[in-house]
Amino acid sequence: MKSHPLIRMLDRGSTLFLVLLAAFAIAIPVLNLMVPAGSALHVSTYLVALLGKYVCYGLLALSIDLIWGYVGILSLGHGAFFALGGYAMGMYLMRQIGSRGVYANPILPDFMVFLNWKELPFFWYGFNHFAYAALMILLVPGLLAFVFGWFAFRSRVTGVYLSIITQAMTYALLLGFFRNNFGFGGNNGLTDFKDILGFNVQAETTRNALLVISCLALGVCFLICRAIVTSKFGKVLVAIRDAEARTRFMGYRVESYKLFVFTVSACMAGVAGALYVPQVGIINPSEFAPGNSIEAVIWVAVGGRGTLIGAVLGAFVVNYTKTFFTTGLLAPYWLFVLGGLFIGTTLFLPRGIVGTWAHWRAGVKEKSEAARSAAAEDGMLPTAGSPSTQPSAAE
Amino acid sequence: MTTVEYNAETTSALLYLDGISVSFDGFRALNELSFVIEPGEMRAIIGPNGAGKTTMMDVITGKTRPDTGDVFFEQGKYDLSTLDETEIATLGIGRKFQKPTVFEMHTVEDNLQLALKNDRSVKATLFWQSSAEQEARIDEVLETVRLKALRNRIAGSLSHGQKQWLEIAMLLAQDPKLLLVDEPVAGMTDVETMQTAELLREINRTKTVVVVEHDMAFVRELGVKVTCLHEGSVLAEGSIDQVSTNDRVVEVYLGR
Repeated sequence: MKSHPLIRMLDRGSTLFLVLLAAFAIAIPVLNLMVPAGSALHVSTYLVALLGKYVCYGLLALSIDLIWGYVGILSLGHGAFFALGGYAMGMYLMRQIGSRGVYANPILPDFMVFLNWKELPFFWYGFNHFAYAALMILLVPGLLAFVFGWFAFRSRVTGVYLSIITQAMTYALLLGFFRNNFGFGGNNGLTDFKDILGFNVQAETTRNALLVISCLALGVCFLICRAIVTSKFGKVLVAIRDAEARTRFMGYRVESYKLFVFTVSACMAGVAGALYVPQVGIINPSEFAPGNSIEAVIWVAVGGRGTLIGAVLGAFVVNYTKTFFTTGLLAPYWLFVLGGLFIGTTLFLPRGIVGTWAHWRAGVKEKSEAARSAAAEDGMLPTAGSPSTQPSAAE
Repeated sequence: MTTVEYNAETTSALLYLDGISVSFDGFRALNELSFVIEPGEMRAIIGPNGAGKTTMMDVITGKTRPDTGDVFFEQGKYDLSTLDETEIATLGIGRKFQKPTVFEMHTVEDNLQLALKNDRSVKATLFWQSSAEQEARIDEVLETVRLKALRNRIAGSLSHGQKQWLEIAMLLAQDPKLLLVDEPVAGMTDVETMQTAELLREINRTKTVVVVEHDMAFVRELGVKVTCLHEGSVLAEGSIDQVSTNDRVVEVYLGR
């Protein structure tokens, strides 16, 4: 407790995670660019793009874990923030196409020309500048989360009701973005990107660079999450999760805490979406689908909520499984596998992969420590010998 | 926060309740309830189930708004019926719940760390650093409730009685002016009950305490003024001997 905040932040698990992430971010581009295509160690460009996508999913899972694992806010609409970040990036990429589009209009993206629009809608202004787009990637999801959270948390909407309205939020956005007159390309979304910051998005080097940048973003966001959860603020979050009324009666303004962390989480999801779009080459309204958000929650559950590392691991494991099951003969069974995974995790691994591991480790440690301190503790209090088996008779 | 007009009736009282009524779906939980608590006092509140004890606590701490009546704190300075839970807690009213609610996943030390009187804003907790002074304060509180040996234990692993004490310790760490303690000895052994009575008397040396309790032996042990509630209003007030020999009280408690 008296240790420096930096030491608390970087415990053994976190350091290991960051080292592995760095190794991953270095190894994949090296194996793709330096190792010749014929070699057994060569990583194909297809795989680079796929792994880059997983890293973005990992970041989305991390953002969900921050609010679900530590404050108990189960957002079933986090995909909305991811998609909004993605759209902000998509708008920048659309403006970069310029006159290389099918209709060769230097200002208007193809879909606007197709819809016979004469000029750029005002909300597309500025997206030709990367800095502005980058700001919007944080600002738009953050602002939506702030406004949504301000109303929800002040009215003390919690638990399953909150989950339902987050779901409604993403569904409403889905319907909105499907409309052509919404100004974001309707059901086709934004695609056919040419370049990002002057580099061809399809190029091998760009793909590798995007993977490295995604890893970097994941690492930075992981550190931010660790800083938050290991601070006293983080302890208040856990206190709210476990006993909200108690925290309130202690004088903490619960809604401010929730609002802050919900907004931070939405910004992270937005960054994840923004990095995702250039790697997959398209953003369309299906990213808002409620199913996507629920799937992201499953990643966190499988990896272990309240562990941060687990969320990222879960995103990788589930998505790798998904890639495996949706290509080839097994494709029709993916949804059964996903459902089975969720039920199986809930029943047999309620702490998730990392949570179970940590729990097991803590158990081993406690046993050896208990043996050591048993003698010291005995007889200190009349009740010390008869712990928690006593029925709670208050109610 | 509202500052009300200086009122002769409320000059000295730390807590002043006048004509409080609360109804839930037609059921009158509190019915014209009035009493005052003087600074430095310890008061025991007894009453059969459904007498309105917990609702009274809810009204004082801002969880429930009274339909009618006045609740004033600190010589009539603050009108509690216009404030919310957080504001009331900040004014210096600490509440211990009927069911012990500690933060089960945190250590005993962290529980107290969170309770310590400090800036509770988001910014302050994000950049908060522990100090020697704070550590000393935690030691002091742990000493008072005799939990020093369990400082690094996870609160969830404590026994029922220990959790009750930890919750009292958390109240102390908040350094409130008024402690509201709801059934502190429910589920405790006789030895623990007597220790708790002693603990509360010790706390009362510096703070005003209101104890809601069922256990008559415990109330007798406290040896303080007793208020008996029935159907949402005060039935009798006085020493435990006076109250327990009151005909109406006997009738209410034992049935007619």
